[in-house]
Amino acid sequence: MVLLVENSPFTAQQVQLLNELLPNLTDTQKIWLNGYLSAPGATIAQATQAVEAIQAAVPTTISATILYASQTGNSQKLAESFGAELSQNQVDVTVASMTDFKPKDLKKLEHLIIVASTHGEGEAPDNAIAFYDFLHSKRAPKLDQLKYAVLALGDSSYEFFCKTGADFDKRLKELGATQIVPRVDCDVDYDDDAAKWFTNLQQELLKSTGTAQPAQPTAAVTTSTSKYDKKHPFQAEILEKINLNMDGSNKETYHIELSLEDSGITFEPGDSLGIIPNNDPALVAQLIEALGFAADETVTVADETVTLEQALTSRLEITVVSKPLVQKLAPFTEADVAALLVGDFQAYSYGRDLIDFVTEYGPFNWTAQQFVEQLRAIPHRLYSIASSYNANPDEVHLTIGKVAYEAHGRARTGVASGQVADRLEIGDTVSVFVKENPNFKLPENPETPIIMIGAGTGVAPFRSFVEERAEQGTEGKSWLFFGEQHFMLDFLYQVEWLNYLKDGALTRMDVAFSRDQAQKVYVQHRLQEKGAEVYEWLQQGAVIYVCGDEKAMAKDVHETLIQIIEQHGNVSREEAEETLKQYQQQKRYQRDVY
Amino acid sequence: MTKEVEAPKGKLSANEIFKDKSNFLRGTIEQSFKEPLSGKIPEMDTQLIKFHGSYMQDNRDERLIRQKKKLEPSYQFMVRVRTPGGTATPEQWLMMDEAANTIGNGTLKVTTRQAFQIHGIVKWDVKTFMQKMNSVLLDSLAACGDVNRNVMNGVNPYQSDVHAEIYDYASKISEHLLPRTQAYHEIWLDGEKVAGTPQVEEIEPIYGEHYLPRKFKIGLAVPPSNDVDVYSQDIGLIAIIENGELTGFNIAVGGGMGMTHGEPETYPQLARTIGYVAKENIVDACEKILTIQRDYGNRTNRKNARFKYTIDRVGIEWFKEELNRRLGYDVQPTREAKFEKRGDDYGWVKGTDGNWHFTLFIENGRIKDVDGYPLMTGIREIAKVHTGEFRMTPNQNLMIANVTPHKKRTIQKLIEQYNLTDGKHYSALRRNSIACVSLPTCGLAMAEAERYLPGLITKIDAIIDEAGLHEEEIVIRMSGCPNGCSRAAMAEIGFIGKGPGRYNMYLGASFIGDRLSKMYLENIDEERILAELTTLINRYAKEREEGEHFGDFVVRIGIVEPTTDGTNFHANTPAHV
Repeated sequence: MVLLVENSPFTAQQVQLLNELLPNLTDTQKIWLNGYLSAPGATIAQATQAVEAIQAAVPTTISATILYASQTGNSQKLAESFGAELSQNQVDVTVASMTDFKPKDLKKLEHLIIVASTHGEGEAPDNAIAFYDFLHSKRAPKLDQLKYAVLALGDSSYEFFCKTGADFDKRLKELGATQIVPRVDCDVDYDDDAAKWFTNLQQELLKSTGTAQPAQPTAAVTTSTSKYDKKHPFQAEILEKINLNMDGSNKETYHIELSLEDSGITFEPGDSLGIIPNNDPALVAQLIEALGFAADETVTVADETVTLEQALTSRLEITVVSKPLVQKLAPFTEADVAALLVGDFQAYSYGRDLIDFVTEYGPFNWTAQQFVEQLRAIPHRLYSIASSYNANPDEVHLTIGKVAYEAHGRARTGVASGQVADRLEIGDTVSVFVKENPNFKLPENPETPIIMIGAGTGVAPFRSFVEERAEQGTEGKSWLFFGEQHFMLDFLYQVEWLNYLKDGALTRMDVAFSRDQAQKVYVQHRLQEKGAEVYEWLQQGAVIYVCGDEKAMAKDVHETLIQIIEQHGNVSREEAEETLKQYQQQKRYQRDVY
Repeated sequence: MTKEVEAPKGKLSANEIFKDKSNFLRGTIEQSFKEPLSGKIPEMDTQLIKFHGSYMQDNRDERLIRQKKKLEPSYQFMVRVRTPGGTATPEQWLMMDEAANTIGNGTLKVTTRQAFQIHGIVKWDVKTFMQKMNSVLLDSLAACGDVNRNVMNGVNPYQSDVHAEIYDYASKISEHLLPRTQAYHEIWLDGEKVAGTPQVEEIEPIYGEHYLPRKFKIGLAVPPSNDVDVYSQDIGLIAIIENGELTGFNIAVGGGMGMTHGEPETYPQLARTIGYVAKENIVDACEKILTIQRDYGNRTNRKNARFKYTIDRVGIEWFKEELNRRLGYDVQPTREAKFEKRGDDYGWVKGTDGNWHFTLFIENGRIKDVDGYPLMTGIREIAKVHTGEFRMTPNQNLMIANVTPHKKRTIQKLIEQYNLTDGKHYSALRRNSIACVSLPTCGLAMAEAERYLPGLITKIDAIIDEAGLHEEEIVIRMSGCPNGCSRAAMAEIGFIGKGPGRYNMYLGASFIGDRLSKMYLENIDEERILAELTTLINRYAKEREEGEHFGDFVVRIGIVEPTTDGTNFHANTPAHV
């Protein structure tokens, strides 16, 4: 356990003293100190940002470590709330990000609880990569002493659903550890499954302490700073809607301003806004027709009775054909679904929706109720917030790129982006909630230089960063790299950037417009060109932020950063990679990629 | 010297400061054109690049929508190419065509000064364009700015041998009066930077470091055609041909069209003829005239800086004396020359040397493809086989010049294939029409011109046809602002933009271009324009005398007073104005 000035509320001197003391404490001493500090009269507020929270109130007989692998903060939030609840029940809990956990300490652990999300195409989140690699390497120790449990988060519409969690589960078993409760793979709508899993886990753990019943939890499984959350979204009115691209562009990017008036919702730069979308009514009608049901027949969804049309419009997902879904639908048809499942399912599912599937694999023998029971709840979409709360406290701005493409003979649009682009107008309302992102935050010190790299809608959080810094009037340097296709058509927020540059809220800006010349030029090329200066900024302690498409941009930016450190720091590639990894651990390299 | 004359004293105008600080027209152009975040360049550079033949503009149709989208205006550059006498080779034409379709807005404009204009080039492509031009020996040096602009030269298809000689003088004058600074070559053509610090006299022997107080225009007319509007020029040269031989030129000085609404001390003026100079001395004479304006022009007020105001201030007699002094000899008495018209001869015309010339009607000089009229493609295909040259006419038309008898059939087939027109089926009114560019690209425009005049003429045609005047030649011109690019103050029916959809209407200029018009109505809309013209045209049809032109008619019957000199242009306007 190492405290740093950045990750704790202590001064440098206090950190030094604590770091000298803490490693030398025995477990018993730690537990005692813990209880002493938490006793009534002692005032210790629980730091939400703290990487480690030590929360057991009274000495107990067991200890547990909860590690989270989190990209957008869901796993972290769950881990923290599990930790809080366990500590209420006299478990000595340590909650930590995988980044901050020393893998060699695994041998010392009694109970390990992992909450892991899966990112992109089956990849581990940024903060879990090092731990994941260690655990899967030859250096991983035998863990016969260890009891563990894994909660996996994912999205069943992706091929490698919950892969990271599953990998941890499998590997820990291989290393000799004992599973306390079976792993649960949660889909996008994870709250209920996560809560059930945790209840089971807690009961098993407490059995070993002899405590009969867990105390009433003080914190809900999902915590939120506002009364509005995923389950209870705020109905935000659309104040402004502008297509930022000019005619002739290949893109349609919408600047949306939503009213948060009287909601009490707050947020920080880097946070996201969740939108709970509705399906396109035209698609709903088509699907109902393809199934031969009546739009107004009633069905029960999540204990509510609604018409089938309502259920398919606002409650259930109809635009993704995932493997789990096909498995569930298979028993209702005579068609050869099995062949599809063993074939190249990814290729099949790309660009197809439920209409395609039911048309191709019908007829189905089921009632409307049976049908809706197979579908998962319509998932929310997260958009990086593009405005600063301090600058516009009653509003939240988004930058939403319309997803539109043609597949299998039909024009397809993204559920939420299509709704925003084509069906929502100024004055309409939309269901939203704030989703904090602790892994994408401005440095606490406003003087710290920042380098922001974003292509397309990836520039959204940087608008909030720069707006926030302009509002604060900080002296910190900032440098924005932005990329899009055409200068004339696609320069998102151009006038605002030019004004920020003039005011000094933004120090530098470099742009890459890929299609304005024969040779395609992207942000990573600009980054490379300015390598010497980028390195200089890094030496000055700059924090790097990358936002945008993982495969189309972030990967190449990552590689370019390694090259810059290698070339201008005059170190080997391995050392450069290590440096970048350290930056990541020190939160000096933060990514919000998708 | 009979009187003491000097240039106006006082605080120099902003442009004079820019020129002074520019290091011979360099400014910060090189850096500005590389800056990647804005399509715009700083104010000083916008003034300086005019000397390099370019204006910064933006598509004004898109201003509001771009503002809404948080985008700066669509800044873009117009480049005016220096083509003395409007002459371009087929190779040059093909380059311009290719550039227009790759980095321009897909069209070309033939200007009222016989130059190419290409619009819509973004900042980062300007250098590319300059280099493309250079590859076919074209440039845009001094096509705009406070220097001598593109030299005009009558296109005269009949006397082809004389034309060749006069064109040669136009080119010589243009070359001789070019700025000598290496700025253009350094910035656009990656020319070597000059080492050391040469004397001003070495760098700009004619202009000096501050160039002229204002733009300067020279045009050569070959009577009987006054197609170049010779009296609208700062120096108008009228070719004197005796016994089929060019001997020299009558010289007229101090013409110019520009004025400012509401400022009567600004006015259009016609050049006044001061005498005759033999052809071998004409280049030098032009230089000496230009240096008088350099030394005595007004550098404190740009609205009073054109040569016409200098002449009106110093007096024509003083000017003649000063010119004779600088020449070292006296200009000879004016010789006989007579103009008959300003319009073009459309269609095929055979020259004295046996070659053929085809004048295409190009409405307002805009070359583009539209549905059913692939004009741009047609000319491109002609350029691919043409062995002569192209001549852009002062009336914004295009002459396919010097077609050998052998090639004529090939060209004619292409003209037919692409449905290109000599405009003979149009009314004589339309064939005598000129409009400047105006909206959406011109920053000075107050009202539409190029995009509006064709439609307006269609409506006037109905009146004309009704009155039985389809073949009656009437000069009609429209400018979007009072700066006068279409020379509207020299039209028999002239419109100068005042605001969106609103124009001042001018009447009474002469058909041949030797009398200015007078304002007839101020700030009127289309309904009023058509109502007034219905009355006037019908009266003209009934009451005109034999061979009487419309401009003369309205003066004779007292609709407007004649403007006898630019200084009384604003005087004696009708009582209702």
